[in-house]
Amino acid sequence: MSSADETAVAITGESGPMNGLKETAIRSVFFSCALVTVLTTLGIILVLVQGSIGFFQEVSIVEYVTGTDWSPVIRPRSFGVLPLIWGTLIITVGSALIAIPVGTATAIYLSEYADPQVRKVIKPTLEILAGIPTIVYGFFALSFITPIIQRFFPETGTFNAAAGAIVVGIMIIPMVSSLSEDAMSSVPDDLRNAAYGLGATKFEVSTSVVFPASLSGVIASYILALSRAIGETMAVTLAAGMHPQITGNLLEPIQTMTAYMVQIGISDVSVGSIGYQSLFAVGLTLFAMTLAMNLFSLWIKSRYREEYQ
Amino acid sequence: MSTETPFSEGTDDIERKRKIGQAFVAVCFASTLVGIVALVALIADVIYESWGWVTWEFLTYPPSQVVENFLPDGRGAGIYPALVGSIFLIALTAVFTIFLGVGAAIYLEEYAAESRLKSFIEANIANLAGVPSIVYGLLGLAIFVRAIQLGTSLIAGALTLTLLILPIVIVSSQEALRAVPDSQRQAAYGVGATQWQVIRDVVLPRALPGIMTGTILSLSRAIGETAPILMVGAATSLFVAPDGLTSPFSAMPMMIFEWAGHPEPEFQHVAAAGIVVLLTILLLMNAVAILIRNRYDPRS
Repeated sequence: MSSADETAVAITGESGPMNGLKETAIRSVFFSCALVTVLTTLGIILVLVQGSIGFFQEVSIVEYVTGTDWSPVIRPRSFGVLPLIWGTLIITVGSALIAIPVGTATAIYLSEYADPQVRKVIKPTLEILAGIPTIVYGFFALSFITPIIQRFFPETGTFNAAAGAIVVGIMIIPMVSSLSEDAMSSVPDDLRNAAYGLGATKFEVSTSVVFPASLSGVIASYILALSRAIGETMAVTLAAGMHPQITGNLLEPIQTMTAYMVQIGISDVSVGSIGYQSLFAVGLTLFAMTLAMNLFSLWIKSRYREEYQ
Repeated sequence: MSTETPFSEGTDDIERKRKIGQAFVAVCFASTLVGIVALVALIADVIYESWGWVTWEFLTYPPSQVVENFLPDGRGAGIYPALVGSIFLIALTAVFTIFLGVGAAIYLEEYAAESRLKSFIEANIANLAGVPSIVYGLLGLAIFVRAIQLGTSLIAGALTLTLLILPIVIVSSQEALRAVPDSQRQAAYGVGATQWQVIRDVVLPRALPGIMTGTILSLSRAIGETAPILMVGAATSLFVAPDGLTSPFSAMPMMIFEWAGHPEPEFQHVAAAGIVVLLTILLLMNAVAILIRNRYDPRS
């Protein structure tokens, strides 16, 4: 008997009256697995909202949203979230100023200019950057980037916003470059050839034809990278410090929303205290910001997608 | 006749255009180098700072508050409890994720009809992938540590990491399942197999390499995650390896965080040594994933 026949017997050998019931049971097991993802989302929202309710009974929402002083532990206590949002904003804008130009130019080089063999090496190499744990970036900022900044600006402290922004910028370069390169590569060659036919140079084809044609994918990659920068935790905690303040000086320490959550996470605040509750209020703010950006990115992608045959 | 194309405003500026083109390529190429240089600098920095500090004792001794103990001629101090903790954590996470991730992917690819429910679940998974990892930490803290009262235990950490990487595992498993040709399913149905028999005996064996590759890559992301296990309460001053599901645990990224933020500057070297161990394990996991992919890739 050949092995194919054996397989056939093995498969049919199990059929019996209980099969329908068994199939239904198996199906529901797999369905429950898929349901876990929905429950996760519900769980996140429930936990964040429920944790925040206690907080907003003690602190008015107006004070939270408009207050410019964040002092959750040291009395007099104050819960104005703006310094934390400011810290997050500095890191996000600063890292975007690095990652967006560098990432876009990298994507153009890889998609339009680089030899396919070169691209096959460089693209995965850059993606290694995305696979390195963020804690390693925090160490890199402290031991490499900050000393370099200090050489130029001796007044720079151990913890400073600039090092945080630079290191997060490096971290999100591959998100911009890889996703943008995918978008640019999917622009059909017909468009390029048509432009060449009109006498365009390669520079003009890259910037006036390919870039606009891939814009939806490119912008979606920017937003995803920014959303990653907002939620970035360990690197900014180590690099930028734990000092909530609204300052325009990048050489001073700041505190992001995520770094505050780490600060509470490693201290032993008692459950139910205002410090513990503030964790969830800040978490909810962070979650709302990243969710809005992720949805915006999905919307841009579907709304402005150019469909090519 | 005037040529109204947006590209050729004249014929005598070819030289200028050529220069612009060359400058543009130079800028793009330099930008590409920025990422590469940063990667090289990062790796060189870690190796330089850790030089001489990664010893056998570092792998086999518990941590110490005295930096001299970490030196090769010191009394011996290292990352042992965190190393074992990380390995246990990832092994547990692997068990949970393979079950849940592959199960969810099988439901979405093999059972679910193209319905509103399916697209809702898939959109939800895409959104979950963008939630910051520290938010998963809050979820783990509130649900696993407090509500279910697992405490700051190994299993609470593993469950938190499972939820974190589940979206990536599901998406990559779905791709692996989708790559199995439909003709194979039809052939199995043709000889009288039930749907479960088709999945178990035909689809899963073919999709397994792809599923394994995706799962290992996701697990290698989980092993480097600090924020979620920090919120769940991973310890930094543990001197014994965890010995059960509910025992407290430490993990490598947590120790690196502790050492990197230590006021004594010598601890930078200890942190770097910890990073070398962490990155080595990451590299091994990635190598295994790539090996599996190349070994079983139907295209090669």
